[in-house]
Amino acid sequence: MDALPTTTTAAVLDRDGLQALIEALAARGFRVLGPLVRDEAIVYDEIAGVADLPAGWTDRQGPGQYRLERRDDQALFGFAAAPQSWKRFLHPPVETLWRVRQGEGGLLFSTAAEATPRYAFLGVRACDLHAIAIQDRVLCEGDYRDDAYARRRRGAFIVALNCSEAGDTCFCVSMGSGPKAAGAFDLALTELLDERRHEFLVEVGSAAGGEVLASLPQRAALDADRAAAAAVVERTAGRMGRQLDTAGLQALLQDNPEHPRWDEVAERCLSCANCTMVCPTCFCTTVEDHSDLAGGSAERVRLWDSCFTLDFSYIHGGSVRQTDKGRYRQWMTHKLSTWFDQFGSSGCVGCGRCITWCPVGIDITEEAAAIRATPHVQGGSHGES
Amino acid sequence: MDSRPRLAVWKFASCDGCQLSLLDCEDELLSLAEAVEIAYFAEASSAMEGGPYDLSLVEGSITTAHDAERIREVRRQSKFLVTIGACATAGGIQALRNFADVNEYISVVYASPQYIETLATSTPIAAHVPVDFELRGCPINKVQLLEVISAFLAGRKPSIPTYSVCIECKRRGNLCVMVQGTPCLGPVTQAGCGALCPGCRRGCYGCYGPMETPDTAMLARQWSAMGVAPRDIRRAFHTFNAWAPAFREEGEAHDD
Repeated sequence: MDALPTTTTAAVLDRDGLQALIEALAARGFRVLGPLVRDEAIVYDEIAGVADLPAGWTDRQGPGQYRLERRDDQALFGFAAAPQSWKRFLHPPVETLWRVRQGEGGLLFSTAAEATPRYAFLGVRACDLHAIAIQDRVLCEGDYRDDAYARRRRGAFIVALNCSEAGDTCFCVSMGSGPKAAGAFDLALTELLDERRHEFLVEVGSAAGGEVLASLPQRAALDADRAAAAAVVERTAGRMGRQLDTAGLQALLQDNPEHPRWDEVAERCLSCANCTMVCPTCFCTTVEDHSDLAGGSAERVRLWDSCFTLDFSYIHGGSVRQTDKGRYRQWMTHKLSTWFDQFGSSGCVGCGRCITWCPVGIDITEEAAAIRATPHVQGGSHGES
Repeated sequence: MDSRPRLAVWKFASCDGCQLSLLDCEDELLSLAEAVEIAYFAEASSAMEGGPYDLSLVEGSITTAHDAERIREVRRQSKFLVTIGACATAGGIQALRNFADVNEYISVVYASPQYIETLATSTPIAAHVPVDFELRGCPINKVQLLEVISAFLAGRKPSIPTYSVCIECKRRGNLCVMVQGTPCLGPVTQAGCGALCPGCRRGCYGCYGPMETPDTAMLARQWSAMGVAPRDIRRAFHTFNAWAPAFREEGEAHDD
């Protein structure tokens, strides 16, 4: 990502201009990924043009519920967070780290040969933009840098999206992460749709973004266009489906490890790990080593892992977190509280995926509110129970 | 003398599908035959050699007094015994007899019931002899089977996860059919199949049995809220792994 220009420039594209943007990115060697309808949902995958986008579709999300529905207009981005975030492209679920085989002179190691893909993401919402920044901090900074992630990240072109739709499980306003895209993007779109027009205000966030935008058929952005875009964001901010009161939350959770609500949520939690898989900031992985039948070669594969499995906390003598209570408390406390201690920010961006995609609809905002409602019921230690 | 480990494959009450998973390893079959001496595999070869064996793969459940005796002999002849498939690890679909009167079944199914000698129950191998490793599935996954055999040959622990199907499902990029309205056993079922059915937009049938921490009661509550009748909840839990304790108890908690 190039340095931000000192002044934000902007232009307005129509649908043809958006098509030209997708083509311009493809022509520059990017694999363009954006929203499309598949399996009765709006997912992120490879797109060839505007025709692939989910025109006239939206989603209805709720705790443990997702339904694809028709809109009464032809909006291209009129839906909320996709089932999985961009994490699966930047931090893929399965990745071979290296292979080894017996050579004449000893063991011969080779790293995965695949070239680093150059992705262009079309429609990265503010929450997901924040999530990418959080994963950058976790995976690229500090002593244990993930070089493959860093390469994919460096090569990515990000077209952000200022949300025009808030889902029933969205709460980015509470987390200070949206719905206005802020941070490291190349271009940012706002969909402007009414009876008279269907256009996109495009703001420039990097030199690379400016270069691409300059090559597209466009018209200059007027103050009225900027005002319309600001109104879209303001309207979305007022329609959040959920709220999470974050005041003092960090201490609240750390001070209430024995709150009875943890037992109550443990009754409902399946430990299935769906929340961690769909969370755009959850980064945990495990490695598996596989040897072949002849014993001549082996490989090390890295896979998405979850703090909801027994193996995750297995040390000599057994798993540290044996109970649903211990595992759910660990996940939620890390996400909303100890993440600050570790990485300097919240681990939650308010995308609501953990609420929608929990098979039994456990709602992190409701759990936090329940602990806030009756804090310090009993103090106690952080011991496992 | 042949120094390769000696492999034996045994069949008890079963459909042979799990043994076929071994024969399905077409690309790896020659490597396997090089790495081990296939000493006993009646499904594949009529050359059946005596024990002892280094590794025995056991398919099927115990449903007769004769088999209850035979598995003890297999155990005596085997250094390492791995059970493969839902029949061997949980009693299989034939364990549905455990919930009913087997004599009534016999009288309905067979023209000459007097020739049938059977136990009242179908039980997993581990209920009869110590088992070193259980590989789940109906049928087992051949990639997992090769992993278990390769791990045995290398003297390492096999990488066979015991967490939910959901983890595999999400890694694969499937949409959650449960959240989209289709009842699914994935959250309480052990991974291993590669989330086959959700990948085809169907709910999980629980072929790999209960996962490590199965909260079947909560899942059943959610199914109920989705409009699934008690009888159908019972039937969903009582299939290939009906006699696995978590599935057995949850099924029994719902009226037929």
